[in-house]
Amino acid sequence: QGKFTLLRDTRTDGSFLVHHFLSFYLRAGCKVCFVALLQSFSHYNIVAQKLGVSLTAAKERGQLIFLEGLKSCLDLLFGEEEQSGQPSPLQFLSEGASDLKALFDFVRTSLTPAGSDSWKGPVLLVDDLSVLLSLGAAPVAVLDFIHYCRVVVCSQLKGNIVVLVHSNEDSEDEENELVVNSLCHHSDLILWVEGLATGFCKDVHGQIKIIRRVSLELTAEKDLVQVYQYKIQDKNVTFFARGLSAAVL
Amino acid sequence: LVFTEEDKYGLYSNLLFKYFLAEGVVCGHELFVASAKEHPDNILKELPAPLLDDTYRNELGEEATAVKSEDFQDSMKIAWRYQNLPKMEASPTSTKFGHYYDVSKTMPPELFQSRNWHSFYLPEELSLQPKMKTCNMNSAYTRLLQSIQRIIYQEGFDGSDPQKKQKNILRIGIQSLGSMLWGDDICSSDTPEDIHSLTKFLYVLRALLRKSLSACIITVPAHLIQNKAIMERVTNLSDMVVGLESFIGSERETNPLYKDYHGLVHVHQIPRLNSLICDVSDTKDLAFRLKRKLFTIERLHLPPDLSDTVSRTSKQDLAESAKLLSSGCGAMAIGKKHLDF
Repeated sequence: QGKFTLLRDTRTDGSFLVHHFLSFYLRAGCKVCFVALLQSFSHYNIVAQKLGVSLTAAKERGQLIFLEGLKSCLDLLFGEEEQSGQPSPLQFLSEGASDLKALFDFVRTSLTPAGSDSWKGPVLLVDDLSVLLSLGAAPVAVLDFIHYCRVVVCSQLKGNIVVLVHSNEDSEDEENELVVNSLCHHSDLILWVEGLATGFCKDVHGQIKIIRRVSLELTAEKDLVQVYQYKIQDKNVTFFARGLSAAVL
Repeated sequence: LVFTEEDKYGLYSNLLFKYFLAEGVVCGHELFVASAKEHPDNILKELPAPLLDDTYRNELGEEATAVKSEDFQDSMKIAWRYQNLPKMEASPTSTKFGHYYDVSKTMPPELFQSRNWHSFYLPEELSLQPKMKTCNMNSAYTRLLQSIQRIIYQEGFDGSDPQKKQKNILRIGIQSLGSMLWGDDICSSDTPEDIHSLTKFLYVLRALLRKSLSACIITVPAHLIQNKAIMERVTNLSDMVVGLESFIGSERETNPLYKDYHGLVHVHQIPRLNSLICDVSDTKDLAFRLKRKLFTIERLHLPPDLSDTVSRTSKQDLAESAKLLSSGCGAMAIGKKHLDF
């Protein structure tokens, strides 16, 4: 409860973890607010169905609140004046004001439990944070947004947050690196997905480093790091110890 | 959203661009062509002519049979284990997917005049005022987005008109985006005035594409963009990223490894839509060549090292180039660049 998990990928695509967490939390009966900035709803829906969860059903019963970034962006830019009177969560796009307050308000209102809710703990899922920088948000604004979300979701509501970011070791995108490094320091758990150092392999798609930030708990212990390799299949991802891929054994 | 990094002189990426549009004409799709450089009418006049299936397959078939008859005679004596492996397929066997085009001829005008197509030529559009909210984007990009959105809405590509029974696909081609002709200075300066214009444009374009039945190809002079952060962000926002590197004027032109080819194709990213995995081909090394009639993309394979007078330095060269090739693909995994065994 109250944990901040950072999903980080380098030179490969870590979105399979997002799909996993989405179906995991929905199956656990949590109320999920999914800020999906990069792909459309049907993409997530189709993959979730393969993993055994129906997003449309979850949306209908109020368990899933889905912000489809692409669609909101179109409504904001091409739509007529707002009918509902509520500002769009992506307000920062049109105003040029670089704070993400509207987005935060959206998250807060969706996860604050209404009277009739019977869901276990709220969860905020973001895919992916690096897109906000591409859209003109300042890195400080992005960090502020995450900080406000942590205060509300983790501390007040005792929920969890899972955020995906992209990073590269020799990246020239300094703003992105700033955000990623800062988030790494604040995370309780980091899942770092990387391509294999030796290049492309058909049977092993990459390696995942699991870092449990025990050092944050002030017990003078070092972080626990575990490394596994993985292979993504159509409906599943298999993890195995390094060098023990099924193709090798 | 197919994002193409142009080669230095724009020759080959232009060709790829025209192929995309020509395929659209032949399949009966509607076209939307946008450019700041050439008038779209001229672009359409230069589309390659489609080859009728039979003639091309005959040509391919002739070549293949000629090669086969020679080879059958000498079966391998020393490396006989390799005999059982299939021959290296340089080009894919004829499949029914897509059409082939003859680059030496242009498409007959009757073919595309019967189709519905729309154009956006920046110098003509500058006089009109944009109606949408600008969100701090470059005004040329704003106008382009508005134009695309208008066509999608009016022609019903986004399903807004239930009356329309026949669903068609809109093929959008945008040439040389990000260049100075579009009013963006990311190609000319190290610290551009607005580094977010291009990425915002791509995000909104992606939203429009996802919402409608359309596909888009963009060519960008990536070699001119100084700020590499922009390229990283752009790669993140596109579905497919392909880079063309031509050998003209570079030292690779004389490299014996590449003597049959005109350039390399770098596939940086392939789309991963609606599933956890993407379909990655076995090989990453692709090269292209422009023959008199055909533009082909083939697997790059090393020619056999037959000569025994090859000096050490040139062998070193070959090995270096071969190492640079297998850099992998973004959607799956890329290894570290300098890993020596």
